[in-house]
Amino acid sequence: MDGDQVLQVRGLTMDFGGLRALAEVDLDVGRNEIVALIGPNGAGKTTFFNCITSVHDPDRGDMIIQPPGKAPQRINGLKPNAVTELGIARTFQNIRLFKDMTVLENVMVGRHCRTRAGIAGAIFSTKQARAEERACMDFAFSMLAKVGLGNRADEKASELPYGAQRRLEIARALATEPFLLLLDEPAAGMNPSETDEMDRLVSRIREEGVSILLIEHDMKLVMSISDRIYVLDYGNLIASGTPQEVAGNSRVIKAYLGESFDA
Amino acid sequence: MPIKHENAPSIGKTASCDGYSLPASRRNLRDRLPKTGFNTLKSLGIALWFMFLTFPIMVIKVSPLEKTIEWRWSRLVYVGAGAFSLSMLWRFLIYRMEAGTSFKKPLQERLSLFFQRKKSRKATALAAAFIFAALFPFIFSTYQTSIMISALMYVMLGLGLNIVVGLAGLLDLGYVAFYAAGAYCYALLNHHFGVGFWTALPLAGAIAAVMGIFLGFPVLRLRGDYLAIVTLGFGEIIRLVLENWNEFSFGPSGIAGIDRPWDFGLGFTLRGHTIYLFYIVCLLVLLTMVVVSRLRNSRIGRAWIALREDEIACEAMGIDKTRTKLTAFALGATWAGFGGCLLAAKTTFINPASFTFMESAIILSIVVLGGMGSISGVILGAFILILMPEYLRAFSEYRMLAFGAAMVIIMVFRPQGLISATRKRYEFPEEKREGEKP
Repeated sequence: MDGDQVLQVRGLTMDFGGLRALAEVDLDVGRNEIVALIGPNGAGKTTFFNCITSVHDPDRGDMIIQPPGKAPQRINGLKPNAVTELGIARTFQNIRLFKDMTVLENVMVGRHCRTRAGIAGAIFSTKQARAEERACMDFAFSMLAKVGLGNRADEKASELPYGAQRRLEIARALATEPFLLLLDEPAAGMNPSETDEMDRLVSRIREEGVSILLIEHDMKLVMSISDRIYVLDYGNLIASGTPQEVAGNSRVIKAYLGESFDA
Repeated sequence: MPIKHENAPSIGKTASCDGYSLPASRRNLRDRLPKTGFNTLKSLGIALWFMFLTFPIMVIKVSPLEKTIEWRWSRLVYVGAGAFSLSMLWRFLIYRMEAGTSFKKPLQERLSLFFQRKKSRKATALAAAFIFAALFPFIFSTYQTSIMISALMYVMLGLGLNIVVGLAGLLDLGYVAFYAAGAYCYALLNHHFGVGFWTALPLAGAIAAVMGIFLGFPVLRLRGDYLAIVTLGFGEIIRLVLENWNEFSFGPSGIAGIDRPWDFGLGFTLRGHTIYLFYIVCLLVLLTMVVVSRLRNSRIGRAWIALREDEIACEAMGIDKTRTKLTAFALGATWAGFGGCLLAAKTTFINPASFTFMESAIILSIVVLGGMGSISGVILGAFILILMPEYLRAFSEYRMLAFGAAMVIIMVFRPQGLISATRKRYEFPEEKREGEKP
């Protein structure tokens, strides 16, 4: 693994019973790169995310990450929280916010793995614990400001409109200070202006030194934002390359649109 | 022309129900509600059904001595009328709830606003409560004080269980096992080694916490119903062990003559001891309230709530599920341990009969009725569920009936509990808030 990569996946295979969800998938994410993973429904994109974040344990293959300034590390079989602690954060396709908590608290939960206050600190409200709480709150607040939710900090998360909930999920993921951010359909269900806003937000996050791997169905967003694209179909990697290369690839067109009549 | 004709009836149906039109939102609601006549008919049916069901016990009275049968028809009328009016009342209340026609702000909202407007009001209320608690044992009799002690003990137990059930969302039906552990810890240490109350108190808490972790390990993977069943079994196992392991726990005969908390050699009377214990319980309840409210808004507390809301997202945020669950079990159990130790000191006698599933059910009811995750709710719930039966001894035969009815009513009309939990609001300087438009 050379120094320019943050994620290297080799031969990743995952079976659900008789169904092969992922077959020998290879994928790389470079430092400061935006990589898109696309494919028709049921192609195995979310399964791929779930393998990287250890929600699923893949049957075969290696997943190696290289946090900035650290040695490469294999992450197969780690607990999900350990993967997050190493610096991979994600959002979910069907929004999974903590609905009963306030917007700010949702983001503060994201700070959990970067803070250390224990039970004793909380009970005795030590100076150290209070300072950490204060810092955690400020950090969470700055994340909210970054995604444009600064003035809704006290609202209940479930009361936010749909687009804002998606952005809150990103803020919550960013609060874990990741070097690699996995976005699962960040623009799903958004109108064009909200999608443009998401485009700008993702670019801004990249400028701050976070690599991004995203699943997305909105082709306009994918084409404009990504440096490289991987295409999955029925668990197989059928194409990869720059947006132009992938857009012209006949196998990709076939996977999305089917066989042409005069072929 | 034909097209217009086809469309006309459908428009007519939705817009003009009975001559005048309503705003769209109200109109939908009207459509959803069954017609009044239908409601009356249904209530009438229920009344008839009740009359039929209660017929044998309410109407027929057989006197075996005189060999006569007395028919009390008038009672049938009362049952019918009662069932009908209650059923109609129920329907009306449900209708009001669904329609949201109540113009008054909810009581809870008004109260919290009342206290928010002026800080001094809250301080005054707290001071009043404090003075009342301090003077309570001197105003009221020993009997009243003793009842208040048990109520406060249940406040503590409720707040402890609230950590597990209300905050971490783990349905624990075997909470009474930790209560028993605390009680037997003090009773046995006192019986064999003459250990005093104050030494035993932290030990009881610690032993219960360790037991909490022991229970926690096997149930880490379980959720919801499965967790409830396993914890229920755990509670029963502990009780059965205590009942049968005579060498250890003296079996069903229990342990008698447990020392009351040391009286500094002052030679307290029974009343003196009761007052002393009252203050101890007050202190412990205060301590519990401070600890729970601090935990709730801390890093650990947020992890508990995150775990309750969504386990997968919680892990994806870097929270160690195992550790979070175990701390919840351990901390919840600690308060049960304290409570058990207090129980042993209060009654000076314990046996396994005090630790049946009924106790777990009552403590859980306190949490659910009061409001899951809400401290003031749990306190109110404990007072209602423990004090009411004491003061309504005349109706003690109907206790369980009233208990059940209260739970059903709460679940239908206020599922979040009497006082719902509110999250802390954090204070920020306004200039930071500007950010972008929502």
